Amino acid sequence: MRGLLRSRLFWAAVLVLAVAAVLPLGVSGYVLGLLTLAYYFGVFAMAWDLLFGFAGEVNFGPTFLVGLGAYGAGILNSETGLPIPVCVLFGAALAVAGGLLLAVPALRLSGPYFGLTTLVAVLLLQQMVTVFAKYSGGEIGLTIPDVLSISDITNYYIALGFMAISGLVLFGLSRSALGLILQACGQDPVEAQALGFNVAKHKLAAFCVSALFSGLAGAMLVFYLGTASPGTVIDIAVGVQVIIAAVLGGRRTILGAAVGAAVLIVAGEVLRPLGQLSTFIVSAVALLAILLMPSGLLGVLMRQRS
Amino acid sequence: MLGLQILIDGFAISALYGLGAIGFTLLFGVSGVLNLAHGGILLVSAVVAWLLADQVGAYGGAAAGLLAGMAMAFATFLLVVRPIQRSPAIPSEEKEIFVLTGTLLWGIMIQEAVAYFTTTSPHTVRPLIAGVTVLGGVRTPTNEILTAVLCWTAIGLLWLLVNRTRAGKALLAASINPRGLTLLGFELQRIYLLVWAIYGVLAGTAGVLLGAFLGVSSENAGTLTASAFSIVVLGGLGSVAGSLLAAYAVGYLETITAYLISPSLRTVPSLLLLVVVVYLRPQGLLGRR
Repeated sequence: MRGLLRSRLFWAAVLVLAVAAVLPLGVSGYVLGLLTLAYYFGVFAMAWDLLFGFAGEVNFGPTFLVGLGAYGAGILNSETGLPIPVCVLFGAALAVAGGLLLAVPALRLSGPYFGLTTLVAVLLLQQMVTVFAKYSGGEIGLTIPDVLSISDITNYYIALGFMAISGLVLFGLSRSALGLILQACGQDPVEAQALGFNVAKHKLAAFCVSALFSGLAGAMLVFYLGTASPGTVIDIAVGVQVIIAAVLGGRRTILGAAVGAAVLIVAGEVLRPLGQLSTFIVSAVALLAILLMPSGLLGVLMRQRS
Repeated sequence: MLGLQILIDGFAISALYGLGAIGFTLLFGVSGVLNLAHGGILLVSAVVAWLLADQVGAYGGAAAGLLAGMAMAFATFLLVVRPIQRSPAIPSEEKEIFVLTGTLLWGIMIQEAVAYFTTTSPHTVRPLIAGVTVLGGVRTPTNEILTAVLCWTAIGLLWLLVNRTRAGKALLAASINPRGLTLLGFELQRIYLLVWAIYGVLAGTAGVLLGAFLGVSSENAGTLTASAFSIVVLGGLGSVAGSLLAAYAVGYLETITAYLISPSLRTVPSLLLLVVVVYLRPQGLLGRR
């Protein structure tokens, strides 16, 4: 904890959060809505970075976990009408359970094979949503009776608070002894094992934490949007965006992932007047960023300071 | 009758899947690159063939599509993959994920550019041969037979190239032990250029034939990459024979499901097969570890 308070990154993040917290005084509801989305997205990217940057496992299916959380919460709410917090917790639990089911056999595999299994999981989940359209709403999406709030500002603060807490937990975890062990397991599993650490157990724990936050964020997002559809929470394109956000912001920094997500979402919106070309330009800029500064936005900033 | 129809349709579609996937697997086997812009390259060759078929005829269009596939393959290598492989700022154990992310972004750029110029509606390349042939009582488009024949010709030529020529043997050696090959005085960069050229020809051919057989739309690029990816994983990364076997397994499973159960569930059984194989035999049907 003391290390956390002394790290410059932590105080920089506090400063950014403080600015974000007074933002609703000055900007329109449209910008707030955009940022709300970006904050949930930031949590997806941070959870992904814990798994990739620290445990060294490439999860191509972040949206498998997000989708489980989102649909778990959404379906429970629309079928039973239970209150939102119960549904969110159920969604998160479902994501962790699904994550375990995926990770226990998949972690026996290494390198690209693990990534492939996670990719296939997303494709399967997408098919399941279509097959069980009676409950899930199919391709069109599921409409959820309850929403978090109808006020832009309340929604904004909920998302900001949620991202801050998730960021604190994930960042703290990455700077703790567990984070170091994870990093060792990711970089040299044989040596980590020789030092007496149970590599599989630590990676599994990282996967569960990642699943927990992805699921929570997915479930909250559903209650913010009021709908869940494969196009917004499961599609591979969404997962790709999560990965791009994390790499663009700076891998192995956790907080960088949130920065990358915000940049990506805001850039997509700013370029919207260009119509179809906006996605092209965002991808091109992200590609250039990866080629020219592979340590990401935050990585470059940190190197200049030190 | 239905059985024979499934047999013929399944054979043609599987041959096409096989051709689409072996370039991808060859690239991984020789240079360790998983090219996630694969679908984009197939898409460009199909769209070029479609655009030019009106002006220069079906054959001219097909040739142009093939050239476009090659050009895109080289562009992918020179603009995206090689800069990442050579970048000193990226640690070597992370090159793989950077190549994946880079080619993914490149694929999205290709897809969006194609969508911008030709819209997202599906295009069907004019078939090389028109007409219908009756095979054992089943009416089959002649172009479908031609597709299967051309796919197998290309696969056969690849086999000859890899097993019977000096350059091909160097490719094979690079997939087994690149360091040993450099010690023998071979320039690895040249071998990489060669494998990307072969990949370009294979992807270009597959793209044109796919465009004539099923039609393509810019929204398909991701799906095309994903199906090539799953076939390659099913067969074993880097194994050409495995990819062909897997292409047939997937092609027939899909055709049987589409005819006998429901076209909407077409991809489900092959995905389930993929999951089972990845769990029980992660190196794939014929892969090495």
